[in-house]
Amino acid sequence: MNKPSKDWLKGALSAYDTVVIGSGLAGMTSANLLAKLGHKVLLAEHHYNMGGMATWFKRKGGHIMDISLHGFPCGMIKTLRKYWSQDISSRVIQLKNVRFENPQFSLTTSFDKTDFTRILREHFGILKEVVDEFFVTARGMNFYDDMVMTTRDLFEKYFPGRTDVWRFLMEPITYANGSTLDDPALTYGIVFSNFMDKGVFTYQGGTDHLIKEMKRELIKNGVDIRTHCMVEKIYVEDKSVRGVRINGQDIQCRSVLSNSNLLTTIEQLTGEEHFQPEFIKEVKKVRLNNSSCQVYMGIKKGETVPNVGDLLFTSSADEYCTEKILSKDITSRTFSFYYPEIRPGSNRYSIVSSTNARYQDWASLSESQYKKDKHDLEQNTLDALDKYVPGIRDKVDHVEASTPKTFKRYTLHPSGTSFGTKFEGLKISRDLPKQIDGLFHAGSVGIIMSGWLGAANYGVIVANETDKFLRQVSPTLVTASA
Amino acid sequence: MTIEEVRQIILNILADIAPDEDISSIDDNTKLRDQIDLDSMDFLDIVMELRKRFNIEVPEKDYEHLATMAGCVSYLTPLLKGRSMAS
Repeated sequence: MNKPSKDWLKGALSAYDTVVIGSGLAGMTSANLLAKLGHKVLLAEHHYNMGGMATWFKRKGGHIMDISLHGFPCGMIKTLRKYWSQDISSRVIQLKNVRFENPQFSLTTSFDKTDFTRILREHFGILKEVVDEFFVTARGMNFYDDMVMTTRDLFEKYFPGRTDVWRFLMEPITYANGSTLDDPALTYGIVFSNFMDKGVFTYQGGTDHLIKEMKRELIKNGVDIRTHCMVEKIYVEDKSVRGVRINGQDIQCRSVLSNSNLLTTIEQLTGEEHFQPEFIKEVKKVRLNNSSCQVYMGIKKGETVPNVGDLLFTSSADEYCTEKILSKDITSRTFSFYYPEIRPGSNRYSIVSSTNARYQDWASLSESQYKKDKHDLEQNTLDALDKYVPGIRDKVDHVEASTPKTFKRYTLHPSGTSFGTKFEGLKISRDLPKQIDGLFHAGSVGIIMSGWLGAANYGVIVANETDKFLRQVSPTLVTASA
Repeated sequence: MTIEEVRQIILNILADIAPDEDISSIDDNTKLRDQIDLDSMDFLDIVMELRKRFNIEVPEKDYEHLATMAGCVSYLTPLLKGRSMAS
């Protein structure tokens, strides 16, 4: 290891109530809440930027690229108000043009229940009673339902053989959280219903503005934020958390709330030897979710792009198919259009193409092949986009791709997973504190707890558990704020 | 703390959680979530607020007692006995 050029932990305390590992939306939200509840919180982020997957980057020519900004449910307004601030919450705006282009259909929707009902009836010819019953079923699904029924079963039940309807209902959710037809139906039902409430939303000001505002709140509430700080180890003694090692330095703490990947938290940071063997057996069954490729296209200063939709789901595949969606031979792309309204006053445009992808497909390539494939990805994406924004090649002056390897480098998630783990990870995540006192995890585990809203809310749920734990071990904290 | 004071505490907490809702006309015997827009996260907030303000721990199995105002009051009044309405 190189000698660190700067001491990023300078001035840190020797002990904290909680060390939060990672500043994704779950990590930041839990850190903020715990600090507001009166606890001493250290938030450690290995990267120089905060936000985890809720991040952005800048490039020459005044370009700002958002990684995951577009398209969260309206519930985010309430979550931002309650756990962050009214100001942050008031910047949430609706994306009204959600567009589909594929061999089966071509349409635009405001992506809410009223409009979906209309389209399902008028465009797809589904009976009103069936549509209504489908919505009731999806809405009625909850956390405690059985997991035997898959989304495919659900669709087959209400729309037998209608692969066009399946695609209409599924493609956006795959984009939002990486779920597929073979995941439990309830994970689809809950997320779909969240969106259908009022539509899809984004944050006016861009990811950079949001994270800056969140950082301000965290500091105001007393969170000790440390970027460039890699948590290397969680110390456990007598089945209790004792501390962490950050950048080679030991820091004591009574609890750890890890927003690192679930498996990394257990296997690498804590160590399997601290858990019961039966628990580890279950851990081994947890599947990682897939990763993504993205292509970021910056539009030249002064150039414009007509409004061709806020989110554009395109595919050249005959039908919706999980295998094809993950294939390196890309047929399906979701374009997020960032018009100047997203950053008022900037008068700039950017477009981000997202595609689900497998880590192995990219990690196994030689360096030269990787470079070539990445270049091809950029060029093929421009070709695909030209159909919807004619002359796109003359409008862009920056094009850049990311692959699952890129995601891994910046988030440290195993296999670059961009949607955490599959559903079985949730139980493991919830059960961590039963194995080790003071060890908590909040992060993408199984679709419900994924995406911006799911991550932030899961951060709150776990912060509540952490607060409960801390007050039990230290009753003096009582009514610190009363 | 009197029954009226306990009721007022719940109203204060609800006002923080759901500022856009009219809580003045809440019926004590009808489920709260049928009268104002409350989801499971909001109920979690109530639990967190009770812990923060009064060091009262409501275990998950008792969440059902918080479904109505009358339920909240009868569940919390014994727990808040002898306490003042400090917050």
